[in-house]
Amino acid sequence: MIENKGRPNRLGVKGWLGGGRWGFERYLYALHRLTGLALLAYFVLHIGVTSSRAFGENAWTSAMGAVKGPLFSVGEFLVFAAFAFHAVNGIRLALVELGFAIGQPIEPVYPYRTSVDEQRPLAIGVMILAAILAIVGGIGFLK
Amino acid sequence: MRDQRLWTWHIGAGAVILVLLGLHMTVMHLDAIVRVFNPAPGEPVDWANVVARGKSVFFLVTYVLLLGTALFHGFYGLRNILFELNPGAPAKKAMNGLFLVAGLVLFAIGTWAAWAGFTVARSA
Repeated sequence: MIENKGRPNRLGVKGWLGGGRWGFERYLYALHRLTGLALLAYFVLHIGVTSSRAFGENAWTSAMGAVKGPLFSVGEFLVFAAFAFHAVNGIRLALVELGFAIGQPIEPVYPYRTSVDEQRPLAIGVMILAAILAIVGGIGFLK
Repeated sequence: MRDQRLWTWHIGAGAVILVLLGLHMTVMHLDAIVRVFNPAPGEPVDWANVVARGKSVFFLVTYVLLLGTALFHGFYGLRNILFELNPGAPAKKAMNGLFLVAGLVLFAIGTWAAWAGFTVARSA
């Protein structure tokens, strides 16, 4: 992260989530953070649960038995969906950060055009891809 | 400069995670389509399949690599989110130390578990 020395975030927690009129991409950014935090929380728990295999079959079976049931299945599906979103949106963010899919520089002649319009097809495309991945992955949770 | 370097590593770690976690998700959740990593009948989390994967050096290496990159990516991301609240220098220093220690402890636990799981699977 590059330090923001000139204009500090004076909105506090609201500044994390509120996108105002910045558009669709700004809300994807907020959702990217939320899913990232959820995935980190799950990952820390996942390390603890899956470490049980180090103690052999009984410990593993017992640990897996403790995280079984419809509630955990729904939770796991949400984790999978969060992963699908975070992964494909992360690709979009990396592409945009590296200067792809934002169009060529143009003269600032009125009526001004924003590069956000250039990014929009990519944003819509990755959301469709995330939805497809979540649905395909969700089939496994219905078994 | 340091933050720019760490940010670049953050993006690089994301790319590594994309490949390795994509593989992990394919193995664990797309088993209806891709069965090659789960030779035994039943679920990917059944002990027979856990042992089959656990014997593999490839899975041992990729688990540890995924563990390290995901912990860095996750904790560095969390640190950046919290830093946006403009905490004071002592709080920033405390957060840096806390996330570094938490990441290293979790990496040690996960690496130990991956190695121990590997030896258990090899002896099964």
